[in-house]
Amino acid sequence: MPTQPGSIWKTMQEKGYSRREFLQFCSLAAAAAGVSTEATAQVVKAFERKERPPVVWLHFQECTCCSESFIRGSHPIVADVLLDALSLDYTETLQAAAGEAAEKCLHDTIKKYPGKYILLVEGSVPTGADGVYCCIGGRSALEILKETARDAAAVIAWGNCASFGCVQAAKPNPTGATPISKLIGKPVINVPGCPPIADVMAAVVTHLLVFGRAPELDAQGRPREFYGRRVHDTCYRRPYYDAGLFVEAFDDDHARKGYCLYKMGCRGPVTFNACAVTKWNEHTSYPIQSGHGCLGCSENAFWDNGPFYQHLPKFPGFGIESTADTIGAALAVGVGVGIAAHAVSTNIRKRKLIHENVEESVTESPEQQ
Amino acid sequence: MSNRIVIDPVTRIEGHLRIEAVIENGMVTDAYSAGTMVRGIEKILKGRDPRDAWAFTERVCGVCTTVHALASCRSVEDALGITVPKNAELVRNLMFCAQYVQDHVVHFYHLHALDWVDVVSMLKADPVATSRLAQSLSPYAKSSPGHFAAVQSRLKGFVESGQLGIFANGYWGHKAYKLPPEVNLLAVSHYLDALEWQKEIVKIHAIFGGKNPHPNYLVGGVPCSFNLEEVNAINSERLNQVASIIKEAIEFVEQVYVPDLLAIAGFYKDWAGIGGGLDNYLAYGDLPTRGYNDPASFLLPRGAILGRNLNEIHEVNGKAEKEIEEYIAHSWYKYGGGDGVGLHPFAGETEFNYTGPMPPYQQLNVEGKYSWLKTPRWKGHAMEVGPLARMLVAYAKGSTDVKELVGVVLKKLDVPITALFSTLGRTAARGVETQVVAHWMKGFYDELVTNLKNNETRTHTRFHWDPETWPATAEGVGMTEAPRGALAHWIRIKDKAIDNYQLVVPSTWNASPRDAQGQRSAYEAALIGTPVANPAQPVEILRTIHSFDPCLACAVHLHDPQGRHIHQVTFS
Repeated sequence: MPTQPGSIWKTMQEKGYSRREFLQFCSLAAAAAGVSTEATAQVVKAFERKERPPVVWLHFQECTCCSESFIRGSHPIVADVLLDALSLDYTETLQAAAGEAAEKCLHDTIKKYPGKYILLVEGSVPTGADGVYCCIGGRSALEILKETARDAAAVIAWGNCASFGCVQAAKPNPTGATPISKLIGKPVINVPGCPPIADVMAAVVTHLLVFGRAPELDAQGRPREFYGRRVHDTCYRRPYYDAGLFVEAFDDDHARKGYCLYKMGCRGPVTFNACAVTKWNEHTSYPIQSGHGCLGCSENAFWDNGPFYQHLPKFPGFGIESTADTIGAALAVGVGVGIAAHAVSTNIRKRKLIHENVEESVTESPEQQ
Repeated sequence: MSNRIVIDPVTRIEGHLRIEAVIENGMVTDAYSAGTMVRGIEKILKGRDPRDAWAFTERVCGVCTTVHALASCRSVEDALGITVPKNAELVRNLMFCAQYVQDHVVHFYHLHALDWVDVVSMLKADPVATSRLAQSLSPYAKSSPGHFAAVQSRLKGFVESGQLGIFANGYWGHKAYKLPPEVNLLAVSHYLDALEWQKEIVKIHAIFGGKNPHPNYLVGGVPCSFNLEEVNAINSERLNQVASIIKEAIEFVEQVYVPDLLAIAGFYKDWAGIGGGLDNYLAYGDLPTRGYNDPASFLLPRGAILGRNLNEIHEVNGKAEKEIEEYIAHSWYKYGGGDGVGLHPFAGETEFNYTGPMPPYQQLNVEGKYSWLKTPRWKGHAMEVGPLARMLVAYAKGSTDVKELVGVVLKKLDVPITALFSTLGRTAARGVETQVVAHWMKGFYDELVTNLKNNETRTHTRFHWDPETWPATAEGVGMTEAPRGALAHWIRIKDKAIDNYQLVVPSTWNASPRDAQGQRSAYEAALIGTPVANPAQPVEILRTIHSFDPCLACAVHLHDPQGRHIHQVTFS
């Protein structure tokens, strides 16, 4: 096997890893990206490549929770991502250089790798007042985004800010915060969440690098791989929902038994994300497991989807067979309507039972107005 | 103005910060600090359910995640007279401590270290000598010659690839870097270790709050429940995991972070005389042991220091009308009463008033308004907030743990206590605080276990959860300490909804423009006198600015208590 200088394989050799260990690493990386064992050969090939793929990470209207999440990655760990998997040429959060020296990093990459670099964007772009609400190096966020996106091989929108506008786009959206997909004339991979799960972020990038193409996306530009299932349908508390056993108040007896949080406002039924499967912080937990309902932080406009502790409009149960596109399209019309439309595809067998249980629980609920 | 250099973006921080510094004869003689991004969270909060505010405000910052959620819950609880159960206080304290330890370690290695550590120089290090040095500093396991040789070889391959990634265009070889190659190798090795370790400590947030960043909080307590007979709640397995994480955190701080800090500081003692800036310090304090309403019980005490006089600690009151006020003389806002007045957050008003240059621009008009940050003052004084302020207040108030460790650090570096009033002192104070807090975290855990042993499991009070029970109007203040300094939220509730919500955050105190009287805030004051050998490579400016741990997303906001039209933008 020829060894390309600067490749991951070469780097691993230098670190004392055997070929066998390298292949194991490739299998793990492949598994992290959710690919079959047959496809591992492609992973091996990608990691033997000479140059690490150049990546630039722009920061606009954001809180840096996406960057913080990214460094929580456990497979691969972030040091391996930064040193071996890619070349993160610009990121205001971690890069050594500042000011002009930092800007030079960005310009060098754009110039040297046209059509080859991956653009990661954290934050929305304020379009109000000709861009004065977010300037970097004296230039508006919009100008920087357009310049950088023009020759990018792929564009990934990190988090709810870049994907959908997030909290600053909540009503009345004082600065005109805008998702990046509305500002550049090319496809964007939306990886929503506030923030997205660390290992999902790494997996989306890995997917691009290893397979040389974007993961399959749904109608909202989200990878189906991680946003194809509702939290509700993958939640370990789902059996309590089906059985009509609900938490009625925080830290009540039902909360201490881990019953369903639907009546506490849980947005799991309308939220497409991998939380209940992939979980957070190296599979440690996810919001529902800790006792709080899902806020729906990966959904478009979740901040304006009613008070968090008010449960969703009554609905006669959800079937696990529905897809993100179905409910996503319906949700665009409005949550209540979305749920009604969605109910058509529900699991008929369970419907009556669930309906009765929910009805009964909702009537009993003391804290709802 | 030709000698006024611009650093924008200031990197290795949170948010968008711009520094313009006047340099004469190799030294900063004047400086201007500008926040260049605004979102408008406070306007967005108006009319919403106060119980939801923690989630909105938590998104003010993902680096100091949790602290805004805590301040928000407390502001609502203060307004409604809610007292959280003891276990909720303990869980909040545990999450607070975990946040501090993670944030301070990440700040030291990943945001600050590259100002002191020359990554390229480590390639010349002798791994055997590095190993000897490491073993003389601490019993940390990853200290063998083979380990350092492997790290060096890995970085060598990285550098030789020609793709320097996050290290590209660094100021490597600058004469301000003073560490021997072996110390550089040690530090870079621990940079990588810390990057891997930091993802462990935040699992405490995931256990109690479901995820990190941005774990869940709850007005009236915490959302998790304890049940030692149930797999679906916080049980003995989950508690064991918390205990293990705390143990590892204490080890990492004591065996890696603090020894590295002291070893590196030893080569930069001249920085104990640079970057002092203001001589007033403010801390709201936190880590209550008998409830939020009893500040005397806080492990991190509350108080203000004026003129570096550690013999007198002034009381601080977040509700007193003339104590905390915000000015906008140099901020892109306007007040009804004119630009010269200061307003208490409860009486504040804000209207966007952008008068800066249109992008793209080269320099800001620093004679006029030049930042999206307002300028807070305490009784008219410019105050520094952050770990140094907290440690000084704790020291002056006689905290045994803090006094002891500060003494050890000063002795080890062989510097007087006045050395703390500096760039180096700020960085050292953060290390002292981390070690003290890591041990306190263990104490809170032990107390929690004792409560559970005594069948005290409550984590939430239902008192005033239901808005139907609320008074027609109420107002409250939630004070806390973000890792970067004093943080408070002010809320006014009317007819079950948020009528007014305001935040005054640490980087607003430190990074703000000057006030109506021309007084500089902490960054601008601290930069004066900072040497700059080469204006094209302003690593010295970064040292002082990074010593504050800037967090700009927090610092910029707007509020609008009178419901004025605030979208209006006026261009000069």
